[in-house]
Amino acid sequence: MRRRSWLSLRSSKRTWESSDPAGPIVNDMEEQNGPSAITRENGSSADAESEPLDGPFILEMVNVSVRYGAVSALEDASLGVRKGEVVAVMGPNGAGKSTVLKGLMGLAPVVSGQVYWRGERLTSATHEIVKHGIAFVPQGRRLFTHLTIEENLEMGCPYLRDRAEVRRRMDSVMELFPVLHQKRRDLASQMSGGQQQMLALGRGLMADPELLLLDEPTLGLAPNIVKEVFHTIAVISDRLGTTIMVVEHNIKGVLDIVDRAYILDTGRIVFEGTPTAVRETNILAEVFLGKVQQAGPDEQ
Amino acid sequence: MFTGSRRLPGLKRSVRDPGAFIRLARSNLELWANLVIIAWAVTFAILQGTGFAITLGTVFAIWAILAVSLNLVVGFTGLLSVGHIGFFGIGAYTVAVLTSNASYEQLRTEAIPTFGWPFFAALPVGVVLAGLTAVAVGVVFNRFRDDIFVLVSFGFAIICFNVFLNARAVTRGAFGIHEVAKPQIGGWVFDDELSFLALAVVFLLVVVLLSWFIVTSSFGRVLTAIREDERATEVFGYQVTHYKLTVWVLSAMMAAAAGGLFASWTTFIDPNSFVLLESILLVSIVILGGLATIWGSLLGAMTFVLLEEGMRFVPGLPDQYVGQARQVVLGVLLVLLMLFRPQGLLGRYRL
Repeated sequence: MRRRSWLSLRSSKRTWESSDPAGPIVNDMEEQNGPSAITRENGSSADAESEPLDGPFILEMVNVSVRYGAVSALEDASLGVRKGEVVAVMGPNGAGKSTVLKGLMGLAPVVSGQVYWRGERLTSATHEIVKHGIAFVPQGRRLFTHLTIEENLEMGCPYLRDRAEVRRRMDSVMELFPVLHQKRRDLASQMSGGQQQMLALGRGLMADPELLLLDEPTLGLAPNIVKEVFHTIAVISDRLGTTIMVVEHNIKGVLDIVDRAYILDTGRIVFEGTPTAVRETNILAEVFLGKVQQAGPDEQ
Repeated sequence: MFTGSRRLPGLKRSVRDPGAFIRLARSNLELWANLVIIAWAVTFAILQGTGFAITLGTVFAIWAILAVSLNLVVGFTGLLSVGHIGFFGIGAYTVAVLTSNASYEQLRTEAIPTFGWPFFAALPVGVVLAGLTAVAVGVVFNRFRDDIFVLVSFGFAIICFNVFLNARAVTRGAFGIHEVAKPQIGGWVFDDELSFLALAVVFLLVVVLLSWFIVTSSFGRVLTAIREDERATEVFGYQVTHYKLTVWVLSAMMAAAAGGLFASWTTFIDPNSFVLLESILLVSIVILGGLATIWGSLLGAMTFVLLEEGMRFVPGLPDQYVGQARQVVLGVLLVLLMLFRPQGLLGRYRL
């Protein structure tokens, strides 16, 4: 059922494209919400955990392809995020998960397709994209290890000149992550991996983003810390209402906290649906382990 | 002053814990370095007399301006430039050409137009000219990082030297420019060594304060972030190229001011003062003192000047070998430093 809704989404987009390729998507998406809302309601009756979110996509990627030289990292990918949603992008290594986020942030060479933010085309200049309220927490945390925690946090809001507002945001981030408050004058290199991830999240939140893009937030962390990170993401979504798009390899953990998931395989989006829908199909086994009928004896 | 004095809390702990004492003693190398070098400088000055101390101080001030300004680029931003001497040369030549009032016809060598400007009118021109050159060069250099950046800055130093040597209609090439004017404010001419030293120290103070202001501001924080992780800095919306270009230009302008002082102090310049080797010595000073520390650069410059001038008085060393010997000593010192203390005397970062 989920897959059908995803297919209908794709086909309707194709008709929209042929009619008016440069127009805003917002209206079209609102029209689309009729049938897809019904399928979502059916879905939520089956599982109580996922609350369906209505409304147009605030961020939308339309047929985006990313190529690094001759290597195609992302092909014809179309996806969207609604306000307040937590969306996961999953898939095996090299599927193009991180490329989705990098393409959005103008950090990867987008060769075709468009990215829309609230119906308007996004430029490919990172410093312009940031001003729309999109924050990116890169993979591997990428903290400034010779700066203190406070300084790291301040780095998160380059266009904020109002010192009082910086202070306010820093306080609210430290309220969310008390450990950062304790160590606020320490260098970032003096923290543990889990604390560094909290700092990376906090630094992203300093921009007071509408949309937070998280690239592999649990990479290289101990299992109990991984749980904590997922919990934190859920808390950020609940308490601040931030829309979150998270790229993750840890499928079990991430499916518990997201509203919807996109699954990528070799640069293409092969599935879209709620966590329940993902669990119902064997799409994950297919993309992660290869097609069952094709799988060799050593793969099983 | 500019490096952290967070060492003292360790003293109490070290009484109980011998391991901590060893760590403290090791970290106090900074303190030792400060004491030894300053003591060395004072002893040297006392032994050699006031006149020599004044000369030493002036040479130190000029090298220190260069080292502090280069540290902004190399230490604080992480761009290893070996072309800094080019900006020094641009400043020196601008001041020399504009202020020189020599009658070259009598010297029976190539004549260049003389302007006879006062020093304080020529210096801003040199500084601005170096700044403009830095903008032009920096826009191109911004495309490069790390080792490639070293190579292109290397190329810049060589180009500058060749321009100084071959643009004979302006620089008189290898003949050099004579009679560079001494600074003058109203009727007061800085023509004796002591007043020139005072002027050089004032310049140094201005450069140090400016650098200190830069590195402690939010601008300086972004520079540190760029050194740490340029791509990550971009992700937050910082236009990294603007920051790098700004600090590059500011640093070049400071170097040009040092160049102007140098030309006026020696009253004669030729291209030999602006060879690549000088640039590499300058980078050595910055590494010796430590990356990303202003005080370290001052200390590095002092060490270098003491070595350079001090070699003259080594007994049994013939005068003609002094020049080469000090390069050998500096080279050995750098190798030892890289082996045992790669962050330099006061620095916290490795190259």
